[in-house]
Amino acid sequence: MRTLDRRLLRDLRERWSQLLTIGLVVASGVGAYIALTATFRALDDSRTLYYETNRFGDVFATLERAPDAVGDRLAEIPGVTLVHTRLAASVRIPLESDHHPPIGMVVGLPPGGDAPLNRVRVEEGSMVEAGRSDEALLLEVFAKRNNLAPGDTIPVIMEGTLRSVRIVGLANAPDFVYPAPPGDAPVPDDERFAVLWMDQGAVSPAFQMEGAFNEVALRLGPRASEAAVLAEVDRILEPWGGRGAVGRDRQRSNFFLNMRFDQLEAISGFVPILFLGVAAFLLNVVLSRLVRLQRGEIAALKALGYHDREIGGYYLRFVSVVILVGSLLGVALGAWMGRGITGFFTQFFGLPLLEFRVPLETVAVAFAVALLFGFLGAFATLRRILRMAPAEAMRPEAPARYRKTLLEELGIGDLFGSTGRMVLRELGRRPIRALISGLGVALAVGIIVVGRFSHDAFNMIIDQHYYLATQEDVSVSLLGPTPERAIREAQAIPGVVRAEGVRTTPVRIRSGNRWRDIALHGYAEGSSLRRLMDASGRISPLPSGGIVLTTALADTLRLAVGDPVEVVLHEQNRTRTVPVTGLVDEMFGMQGHMRLDELNRMMDEGPMVSRLLLTVDPEDFGGVEARLMEMSRVGEITHKQRAVERIREVAADPQTALVLVLSLFGSIIAIGVVYNNTRVALSIRARDLASLRVIGFTRREISGILLGEQAIQVLLAIPVGLLVGRLLVSQLVATMDLEEYRLPLVITTETYAFAASVVLAAALASALLVRRRLDRLDLIGVLKERE
Amino acid sequence: MNRTLEEGMETEVLTARGVTRTYRMGEVDVHALRGVDFSLHQGEFLVLVGASGSGKSTLMNILGGLDRPTEGTVHFRDRDLTHATDRELTTFRRNHVGFVFQFYNLMPSLTARENVALVTEIARDPLRPEEALEMVGLKERLDHFPSQLSGGEQQRVAVARAIAKRPEILLCDEPTGALDYRSGVVVLEVIERANQELGTTTAVITHNAPISDMASRVVILHDGQVDEERRNDTRKSASEIRW
Ligand SMILES: Nc1ncnc2c1ncn2[C@@H]1O[C@H](COP(=O)(O)OP(=O)(O)OP(=O)(O)O)[C@@H](O)[C@H]1O
Ligand SMILES: [Mg+2]
Repeated sequence: MRTLDRRLLRDLRERWSQLLTIGLVVASGVGAYIALTATFRALDDSRTLYYETNRFGDVFATLERAPDAVGDRLAEIPGVTLVHTRLAASVRIPLESDHHPPIGMVVGLPPGGDAPLNRVRVEEGSMVEAGRSDEALLLEVFAKRNNLAPGDTIPVIMEGTLRSVRIVGLANAPDFVYPAPPGDAPVPDDERFAVLWMDQGAVSPAFQMEGAFNEVALRLGPRASEAAVLAEVDRILEPWGGRGAVGRDRQRSNFFLNMRFDQLEAISGFVPILFLGVAAFLLNVVLSRLVRLQRGEIAALKALGYHDREIGGYYLRFVSVVILVGSLLGVALGAWMGRGITGFFTQFFGLPLLEFRVPLETVAVAFAVALLFGFLGAFATLRRILRMAPAEAMRPEAPARYRKTLLEELGIGDLFGSTGRMVLRELGRRPIRALISGLGVALAVGIIVVGRFSHDAFNMIIDQHYYLATQEDVSVSLLGPTPERAIREAQAIPGVVRAEGVRTTPVRIRSGNRWRDIALHGYAEGSSLRRLMDASGRISPLPSGGIVLTTALADTLRLAVGDPVEVVLHEQNRTRTVPVTGLVDEMFGMQGHMRLDELNRMMDEGPMVSRLLLTVDPEDFGGVEARLMEMSRVGEITHKQRAVERIREVAADPQTALVLVLSLFGSIIAIGVVYNNTRVALSIRARDLASLRVIGFTRREISGILLGEQAIQVLLAIPVGLLVGRLLVSQLVATMDLEEYRLPLVITTETYAFAASVVLAAALASALLVRRRLDRLDLIGVLKERE
Repeated sequence: MNRTLEEGMETEVLTARGVTRTYRMGEVDVHALRGVDFSLHQGEFLVLVGASGSGKSTLMNILGGLDRPTEGTVHFRDRDLTHATDRELTTFRRNHVGFVFQFYNLMPSLTARENVALVTEIARDPLRPEEALEMVGLKERLDHFPSQLSGGEQQRVAVARAIAKRPEILLCDEPTGALDYRSGVVVLEVIERANQELGTTTAVITHNAPISDMASRVVILHDGQVDEERRNDTRKSASEIRW
């Protein structure tokens, strides 16, 4: 076998560039699998361990205000093993450098700081000293983003009173991994959302919360029924303004984390299979050519007494080498990409990263699956070898059969000239291969479309959410419901062009035993700054006499227009029943809309608003902001333009990375397909082409014949690829259709153009690489031998 | 059919002076040609013979612009081919030379007619493919693919392809080498017609000594050099040849 092994090396070396392109396709597939799986595992493990060591609660509830003794009653619920009550209050942090103060949350710490649940981890500096009302631990990501460090002092407005708080340490906690400020859009904002952990005993007087709590976390025993506990907690807290208890799955930070993780998991299986399929096809193309070239040698080996098994084994080893090298490369690539993605995510979430490692079984699975696909690619070839009788194999192969193609039968063949006809017939002779090659190129286009789609979808969301659905320049949250007078006050500020009010209140929408906690928005019919708009941008009037729900919410609760629905008003702890008057298919899927006057009436309140929407003369922004901050009951001031810029900034890097990586993957596939096809075509037709050169064809002309075939395939494949891209995107959108958030299926013309150009460029580059070989064609050699 | 060429009227179409061709095979040099002086005259029918390995094909390839000499010069009329670029050589072949090879070298994916059209499409003043194929007696087989033709028929298609552009020079390297006697004669008849009816200057390499009798001139190569050159005062026509 040693001679055969030496020959194996020679066979491999002779085709190294072809095998390299195939190896790269394998590497992309394995790399994608390893990266996604390992990232998912690393993040999931990090989270699990982090939750465990920092005692993340199992059940969470917020309420208006309850005396500490209520906590003891919660502890008596069967299945509850631990209760941790605390204070959590919204504050504003008017950092001097900033017109537009970040929103903050003060969270109470027990004496000594060691909370039994949702423990706070001090990463830098020291714990807050018991009894001090002017010391705080600050959320680490926020501090980093704002260049704050232990020892710094920051201003904090608590219940309208400005205080100085000294940061003694930087910390993080399991209930704030995904730093999403309470509000509408699920965009984490680590620069604008701060958590301040302070000594509860010392700070509670500032919020009139001595001896009381407004947040609670519970730990459940191993056999406890979460549903039962939730119901019981709700019952106990109801008199105290309970806003509905939730399990881990709906805890705000964990919910958004889950969403991200699910997206990762969804694509980690699907993407690699596509690549390996392409690799299998390419191996098939290369191997079948190789076996054809080595027909005589195979016959000789058979004649010499080699078993089919040994000869077949030779080609399997050939495939294995390619797959193994590709997979090794893939593991390295995957580890590298995985580290990058994981790093990005952990940084993004402020999730403390455990060691990133590629699990051995992931590598094993990747290798096994890749080999499987490799053997799949070798299958047809092996069958042919086994079927070859030694005597038959010694004879030259029967000449290829050519036919006139359909186009020519139709009489339009004359358009193509002799060379064009050669191209067409060559394609017609191997329709299946041409088809699969075309699909490969189409897949490459599709992958790139997917890569750039996130960019399109993101812009669309921004446009819709920030520019169409919301028309204001500045949005001002008020500290609780405020009489409508505030609108007129704001309107009076010089520079304010228009002021409107919205009332948003947390409610639970219930129908039978299904329910969801959502935000209910009330605004005036005819409001010009808030309008009812669906995902496709259509605006409809806000109907009167009931509530309008998003279709996602109505689907979840199995509600239709006209159905009565229970609305639990968390602010007041009362339940009302109103009819569903309309459905709207919004992008952010879980909310309700009502006319402002009807909402206030339902709440038995006079004209109240909780948020002001303003359009402002751009030149007066600064002044308006200063005046707003002087107004009482003003919470956060959101500058739409700045918010959008900030979101774009957060999203820019990962988006660019995604576009780059997927474009690279797409190019690898396109190169793999075009390069190998062209090489094989060259190998098959070198003799013909050299003969053409002899009778006076120029290099350009014979390249036209060789590359024309590829060009036709690529050009036909591109439009198909655009469709494939759309299909992949809709698949992706479907797997990501989460309750809270829906990706719009928008793909811009630029994205299509981009994908098509990248693939064209890759195809052209591969074709040109092969073209150089045409220059080395042996004109005289082909005249000497019979094929 | 006998004809004698008047000495003084001879115009040299292709001229080789002191041509050597050396192939480097690793450590050793193979001298395929060692100083050949040779010329091909307007309208003549030349037969080139010699032992296997004597350098016939090498010489013809150099004359036809497929290869370049290691030393010496080659001219087509006044044009120096020795220093021509690749592009110029291609143009030279395209416009002036028709080749016929032992193994036909047809395009398997094109029919007989299309194989000829391949040349007529790029030539300046070609015959129609049908005419060319009629000259070689294949009028009935225009739309057959090479795999549907016998070896002799394929070679006739190759000849038709070579003459369809009305080349000034027709170079044939063992055109009957792969054929039986009967098909061989048919092919030779076609080549002869091209020489006489179209006035194509023709050179034929062969191992078949009797074919020399068709020639107006015979050149014998030996070990990379011209060994002997003779004129046939009387020529036989292809149909008279026996081997
Ligand atoms: N590409 C090549 N590399 C090395 N040597 C070569 C090459 N082509 C030809 N030769 C050598 O040059 C010499 C002349 O070869 P050529 O093909 O011209 O002979 P020939 O007279 O045509 O022979 P035959 O009648 O067998 O076709 C031979 O010794 C041959 O081995
Ligand atoms: Mg020869």
